[in-house]
Amino acid sequence: MELHGRVWKFGDNIDTDLIIPARYLNVFDPLELAKHCMEDINPAFAQEIQPGDIIVAGKNFGCGSSREHAPLALKAAGVSAIIAPSFARIFYRNAFNIGLPIFEFPPATEKIRTGDEIVINMATGVITNLTQNEQYQTTLIPPFMQEIISAGGLINHIQKNKRKGK
Amino acid sequence: MPLTITEKILAAHTDQKKVTPGEIINVKVDLVLGNDITAPVAIQEFKKLSFTQVFDREKVVLVPDHFTPNKDIKSAEQALILKKFAQKYQITNYFEVGRMGIEHCLLPEQGLVGPGNLIIGADSHTCTYGALGAFSTGVGSTDLAAAMASGEIWLKVPSSLKFIYTGQLSPWVGGKDLILFTIGKIGVDGALYAAMEFTGPVIQQLPMADRFTMCNMAIEAGAKNGIIAPDEIALAYVKDRIKKPYHIYQSDPGAKYAATFDFDVTPLEPQVAFPHSPENTRPISAVGNVLIDQVIIGSCTNGRLEDLRLAANVLRNQKVHPYVRLIIIPGTQEIYRQALKEGLIEVFLAAEAVISTPTCGPCLGGHMGILAKGERAIATTNRNFIGRMGHPESEVYLANPAIAAASAILGRIAAPWEVS
Ligand code: SF4
Repeated sequence: MELHGRVWKFGDNIDTDLIIPARYLNVFDPLELAKHCMEDINPAFAQEIQPGDIIVAGKNFGCGSSREHAPLALKAAGVSAIIAPSFARIFYRNAFNIGLPIFEFPPATEKIRTGDEIVINMATGVITNLTQNEQYQTTLIPPFMQEIISAGGLINHIQKNKRKGK
Repeated sequence: MPLTITEKILAAHTDQKKVTPGEIINVKVDLVLGNDITAPVAIQEFKKLSFTQVFDREKVVLVPDHFTPNKDIKSAEQALILKKFAQKYQITNYFEVGRMGIEHCLLPEQGLVGPGNLIIGADSHTCTYGALGAFSTGVGSTDLAAAMASGEIWLKVPSSLKFIYTGQLSPWVGGKDLILFTIGKIGVDGALYAAMEFTGPVIQQLPMADRFTMCNMAIEAGAKNGIIAPDEIALAYVKDRIKKPYHIYQSDPGAKYAATFDFDVTPLEPQVAFPHSPENTRPISAVGNVLIDQVIIGSCTNGRLEDLRLAANVLRNQKVHPYVRLIIIPGTQEIYRQALKEGLIEVFLAAEAVISTPTCGPCLGGHMGILAKGERAIATTNRNFIGRMGHPESEVYLANPAIAAASAILGRIAAPWEVS
């Protein structure tokens, strides 16, 4: 499967309060949350994002709270993938668990520019930058995480194992 | 093979003899936790699974603490989801307003967590319980749903970082300063995916409240867990509280650490983290003239009785600055009651502070003390991200309760020795 989108860039240490401020956490409907996604750092983001757009950010993306509302809001806003040198660990789990693909790529912010059109091959982790005519290899997703993704998220994965009597 | 305390606890919850950093393992959990923000999502996911009950109704803890007492209709509806779930599945550890507290103050106090336990919580500060020699870590709502159903979770075994603190702590310097200083040194991703193990003679003498504060903020360095090997101080704390079996683990001599940090704390001053990151730390002497509008003393970081005592020592016979709001939030009902008995509440009221019922409230910009555009707060909480306590153009400074109390009196960030 391939993900194809235009790039939005953000800096280092984008925390979950920036992704979705706590003042909106009295609901958990992803579409409601999506309206306020990234609002404190880029108020235009929620209006201007196109379905399929991809976030390229600096290190430690998603640090801070455990709120799964953060990847849920991004996904519902239309973000198809996130590429960063590193992710905060709870965000990393949450993104996989809800089926939002994320890719670790240390030189992400140097190589990829705002507005670049890129294609990510989910199976190989290869990013093709159509705008700059370049290709990059991201860190491979551990086999166990791939299982979760191919099952369609953690809940389906457990359900499947339960049926198999594991 | 010599193992760290974290590796030993993880191994004990698998059917393996040992575990190695980087390995993905499936572990049995001793306790799972959710709150009024994360549990509603988890409950929705739980319903998608064909489980007719939770894995153990005594090992699921639900604490509505973030927006409670419910601040509006929507948050009331979220809290109600918890209550209905607790009723339906007969969850024994559901804590309604009136007997609750901020989850990470409440669980240790209620004896729900103990040494050697493995706890996961859908709240990033679940790492607090490492102070008792437990492995505890924060996860998201889907992980919570899965663990509520199966009693298991997959984890990647973290590598361990060892922090050794030596020397003599100065007056007014405590756990909050140690951890802010440490995060200032290693950065907010300095312990990413790793276990932070706090050791050394300074830690061995540190009271429990300070240990909770340190482990609480391990997540602020990106850590998976913070941990302190249990000793007499930890065992004295759990002795009359713990309601379940526990096990004491220590790191083996020769256990492998990805890195070791040595800190001599003798010259350490109280620390203040400037906006908008906990790593932006400065010693109090380098703060300068920072005027403030609001002071928060509370949260899962510093809302314990010892923290309130510290604040009261500074506030006794003093008045809060005329243009400052001082909001004090005891971490739990029990802490509140004890503070009342000891006369601390009287000291706070005489100083013209506001006392709130236990709640996360302003810590996450929920309610009970939200900042307007351009306002500035000093707080004993753990995060000073953009917009954390209100308007995106407000500011939060982090410090220990004595600094917070002195600042409330003087109207600017100040040290307790500046208060006459
Ligand atoms: S007090 Fe603050 S940091 Fe602690 S659990 Fe509540 S919101 Fe989170």
